[in-house]
Amino acid sequence: MTMLQGFQIALHALRLNPLRSFLTMLGIVIGVASIVTVFAIGAGAQLRLQEQIRSIGANVLMITPGAVYQGGVRLKDGSKLTMTESDVQAIIEQIPEIQAAAGSIAGTAQVIHEGKNWNTTINGTTTGHFMVRDWQLAAGRYFSATEEAGAGKVVILGSTVARELFAPGDDPIGAQIRIMKVPLEVVGVLDRKGPAQDDVAFVPLTTAKLRFLGSASKINRDAVAYIIAKVAADGQMAGARAEIANLLRQRHRIPAGQDDDFKVQDPAAAMEAQQGAIRTVALLLVAIASVSLLVGGISIMNVMIVSVTERTREIGIRRALGGRMRDIRLQFLCEALVLCLLGGAIGVAGGITLSMTVARMAGWVTSIDGQAIGLSLVFSIATGLVFGFYPAHKASKLSPIEALKTE
Amino acid sequence: MTAAAPLISLQSVSRTYRTERVAVAAVRNVSFDIAQGEIVAVMGPSGSGKSTLMNMIGLLDLPSEGAVYLQGANVADLTEDRRSSLRARRIGFVFQSYNLLARHDAIENVALPLVYCGIARKERMARAEASLQAVGMLHRAHHFPRQLSGGEQQRVAIARALIASPLIVLADEPTGALDSRTGAEILSLFAALNRIGQTIVMITHDPGIAAQCRRTIHLHDGELVGDETQTPALAKRSAVS
Ligand SMILES: Nc1ncnc2c1ncn2[C@@H]1O[C@H](COP(=O)(O)OP(=O)(O)OP(=O)(O)O)[C@@H](O)[C@H]1O
Ligand SMILES: [Mg+2]
Repeated sequence: MTMLQGFQIALHALRLNPLRSFLTMLGIVIGVASIVTVFAIGAGAQLRLQEQIRSIGANVLMITPGAVYQGGVRLKDGSKLTMTESDVQAIIEQIPEIQAAAGSIAGTAQVIHEGKNWNTTINGTTTGHFMVRDWQLAAGRYFSATEEAGAGKVVILGSTVARELFAPGDDPIGAQIRIMKVPLEVVGVLDRKGPAQDDVAFVPLTTAKLRFLGSASKINRDAVAYIIAKVAADGQMAGARAEIANLLRQRHRIPAGQDDDFKVQDPAAAMEAQQGAIRTVALLLVAIASVSLLVGGISIMNVMIVSVTERTREIGIRRALGGRMRDIRLQFLCEALVLCLLGGAIGVAGGITLSMTVARMAGWVTSIDGQAIGLSLVFSIATGLVFGFYPAHKASKLSPIEALKTE
Repeated sequence: MTAAAPLISLQSVSRTYRTERVAVAAVRNVSFDIAQGEIVAVMGPSGSGKSTLMNMIGLLDLPSEGAVYLQGANVADLTEDRRSSLRARRIGFVFQSYNLLARHDAIENVALPLVYCGIARKERMARAEASLQAVGMLHRAHHFPRQLSGGEQQRVAIARALIASPLIVLADEPTGALDSRTGAEILSLFAALNRIGQTIVMITHDPGIAAQCRRTIHLHDGELVGDETQTPALAKRSAVS
């Protein structure tokens, strides 16, 4: 008997009892579906992080407010804006490794153009921001020095905002949009950087303070919410971090022994660490899903053993008519394999559907990984072989005479 | 070994079943030959060892002592795989309870031995059709066993036994589950097959059936107590009764 004939017999036997066959393979279906889904979500999270790392730009440091003490009580990080525009100036002037730096304040607001409107992040900053992040323009120009100094009513749109407010073919440059009732002229549209980055509108820092965010009590005239700075070379990151910290401690007059009121972070490095963490969690989940595969295998073995008992007479007949022991073994092994492969295929389809649903409903990025699909199919085949072997072996060992006597 | 070795030769064959407590001697020191083209009835009371003997002739079982020769070769010297493949190619079984696979239709059942001869599906189906035709069952080719009467099932089983053109057909009470008329039809089918040269060994309880076979072997308590060859004239007279 050939392998092909084994599969034909197996398919025939399984088709006769479709519900039972399906229930038997359910464990495999669930196991494979979970593995594929976990891989897809994990790979998606990695992709998203990589995109974020890329979008931050190379060799960028981020300085955010740290803990502040008020009357001996440590307040939450970032509860007070501790950095100022003069800090930005000092960083640029006094630290040679820094190529560019910019302070920002940000909030969300509705942007309106004619009939269309869109809720987005309004980021008040300086042209330096784009230099730090290597963010090129798709059209128009950056802010001019006069606009930055004099709270010019201009705006640079991220590509998502431009797409939402303007019909295709409609040139945004020179158009008037309104943010919180303030009319602004669009002077630039940025290149695409990634879905999470492109949903933003930039205005000069002075404009943001004077016209939009200045009313918030936290903001004093000179304050910025965070600073980003670009370091000239990869090898200078650690040195630049230390120098910025020193400089800011001096400028903020922090006595020795007291914590910084700011944090200097390397976001790309932090994200890379996060990436490692995601990988670990995904591996853990895959391990859990593999347990389901194991349970699926045991359930297949169980059903196969019952099926061998039920079909003892069939086995006797096949042996009497010339089936060799290995033919009987092959027949039952093929049944286990078909169950696992079919379960695996349904599981892959289910996993793809599930991860696409997750992507749509939760808005997570998922990425279907050919490697994960291949791996889970290989696992399914291995499960079939391992758990199908014992019942198949048992079937092949039956004495044909005894088997023919059973009812 | 001479070229004219008998088809089957049993030489001092014994078969003892050993359980924990007792040893049952189901067949004791039996010797006889079966030549090409014979039709042999095996008779004896229940428990006299007929099926045990048949299993050894059919290579399903091996003697405890003595030897069974198939075309001059001691079957005990063959591997289990070789005996299996001889069963597929050289031996056709017919059982009292038909033993068709319930989940396969008639033609698939008939073609089954050819699966184990490594023959491709197309040829299997063509030969199964021819075999069904030979037993007059082609019109039921796609019926399942439960849709067939006992006599029809036994015809399908005979078609299956014949499909690989075996050296010998072994039938263990082939009419035992059938009424006398249907049994007679099955019997005349065997007679017709034997007339065209098919060697047949048939277990039966029915002296009337045995009388239609030229040779009858009698077993009692596992021992051979009679081996007689009737004259054709007598056989004819018995067939009328
Ligand atoms: N597997 C076995 N283990 C022990 N004893 C057995 C076994 N098979 C058969 N026997 C015994 O061997 C003897 C012969 O059995 P066998 O089946 O050959 O009889 P038989 O002539 O075919 O009977 P029947 O006409 O009822 O079919 C019986 O006494 C039976 O109990
Ligand atoms: Mg018997």
